[in-house]
Amino acid sequence: MFDVIIRDASLRFGNHCVFEKLNLTLKGGKWTCLLGGSGVGKTSLLRLIAGLPAGETDGKILCQDGFPVSNRIAWMAQQDLLLPWFTVLENITLGQRLRRSWADMLKRRPILPPEVQDKAMSILEKVGLTEKAHVLPQTLSGGQRQRAALARTLMENRPLVLMDEPFGALDAITRLNLQDLACELLKNRTVLLITHDPLEALRLGHDVYHLRGQPAQLTDAITPPGEIPRSLEDNSLMALQGKLLDRLRHESLLEPLAGEQ
Amino acid sequence: MKDSIKPFVVLFGLLVLWHTLVIAFDMPDYILPSPVDVAKSMAENASLLWEHTLVTLSEMLLGLLLGVLLGIVLALVLVYFAALRPWLLPPLLVTQAIPVFALAPILMLWFGYGLTSKVVMTILVIFFPVVTCCYDGLRHTHQGWLDMAQTMGGNRFAILRNIRWPAALPALASGLRVAVVVAPIGAVVGEWVGSSAGLGYLMLQANARLWVDQMFAALTVLAFCSITLYYTTDRLLRRFIPWQPETSQE
Ligand SMILES: Nc1ncnc2c1ncn2[C@@H]1O[C@H](COP(=O)(O)OP(=O)(O)OP(=O)(O)O)[C@@H](O)[C@H]1O
Ligand SMILES: [Mg+2]
Repeated sequence: MFDVIIRDASLRFGNHCVFEKLNLTLKGGKWTCLLGGSGVGKTSLLRLIAGLPAGETDGKILCQDGFPVSNRIAWMAQQDLLLPWFTVLENITLGQRLRRSWADMLKRRPILPPEVQDKAMSILEKVGLTEKAHVLPQTLSGGQRQRAALARTLMENRPLVLMDEPFGALDAITRLNLQDLACELLKNRTVLLITHDPLEALRLGHDVYHLRGQPAQLTDAITPPGEIPRSLEDNSLMALQGKLLDRLRHESLLEPLAGEQ
Repeated sequence: MKDSIKPFVVLFGLLVLWHTLVIAFDMPDYILPSPVDVAKSMAENASLLWEHTLVTLSEMLLGLLLGVLLGIVLALVLVYFAALRPWLLPPLLVTQAIPVFALAPILMLWFGYGLTSKVVMTILVIFFPVVTCCYDGLRHTHQGWLDMAQTMGGNRFAILRNIRWPAALPALASGLRVAVVVAPIGAVVGEWVGSSAGLGYLMLQANARLWVDQMFAALTVLAFCSITLYYTTDRLLRRFIPWQPETSQE
């Protein structure tokens, strides 16, 4: 599995500089977690990596193996982005629909060949949504919607997965379950996960970074010991969480002071 | 009370009110005939009314069909060919700035006194709401969906078909509802300016002869057609856009 290297990434909106000359390496097959306060530029960084439009950007995204990063990314946004007019199954196979060419359509090739359909159903089974395959998303609960979004991400089967606070709006128990599920299903993929929650970052991240300041800077990586998902009973994890929380809190206390100067 | 019968109750109430007014103010027949007189006239002239209704209805439906198609095509062109936008918008606005009444004689001149000129009039009054609503709907696709489609490597047509188009349907539906309501204006104005058939023509003839009850009969049929058309369209739209959010429940 290849590393993804972000070199000298810069982003500005007019004269508001979000970050400048940011360097980050996402280790191949590992989870990198990114913490940071609201509005610091986490989503913007993710969009920049995904090649989505945002402000004036600069910098390079390189893959260790030399191939371009485009078409190797699955993106899971802050919202689940399920399309309300498609059933769950149709939603998770959206990529197949969107990549259908004119030729496919004219030759009336099926949108979902049997093997794709089988794969989709097996993924739905893994996220526990088999029964919901043929219903519209509006009938799903928040946790189920997020699982459907996860299934859609898995269906894309890309080596690099970018996730923007995917579990942010869920209750604590559902969130833990989904974290475990995501860990299991995204094993051996390069994952960049953005989160507000230090515990989530420490549980899931092989490397945990903290983005802070203005223009935003990355702190050195914290590398908690052990395999992911880490157990919550681990005392060293709790100690680390305390430290991180402290850091996050002081950041928000210091921010207004820095602004006054 | 069931929603489906409410319009009929309102209609009945209005009829009662109308009748009461005629009796209370002792209205002469040639100013305001009573609903009973109108009903009588409708019964007597049933086949005549039917014949002319078919003419007006076909003008309206044909105009609606072509106007909606034209509106959708134009909206797609406006969205996908940004370079054409500044060229297309002014003439589009001009067609709406000139009242249809003023255009009608010219259209008669160009398209004759038959069906074509009325269909063109109908198209002229309806395609603007369709274009603006459809264009608005297509332009305001949720950015997140488009971003996701981009990371998935979707092609433009597939994105239109699977995301932008369905997302624009609720807006297009609003445009269609307006179009259905104003379509009779185009057809009837066309008939007033020059025609030999249709409910508008019938009204004009009856008016000249002071057959006020027949005039009202034609008017009633016209209103009935419009209302039926509106409710049918509304029903169909709800059926085909079941995901449309409806937040104002009671
Ligand atoms: N389209 C835009 N135009 C102007 N400024 C923008 C735009 N998008 C983001 N910003 C600014 O860039 C900064 C970073 O935004 P970003 O969405 O990356 O924050 P975030 O770290 O993801 O926050 P949150 O945790 O609340 O999601 C913010 O200050 C925001 O105001
Ligand atoms: Mg964000």
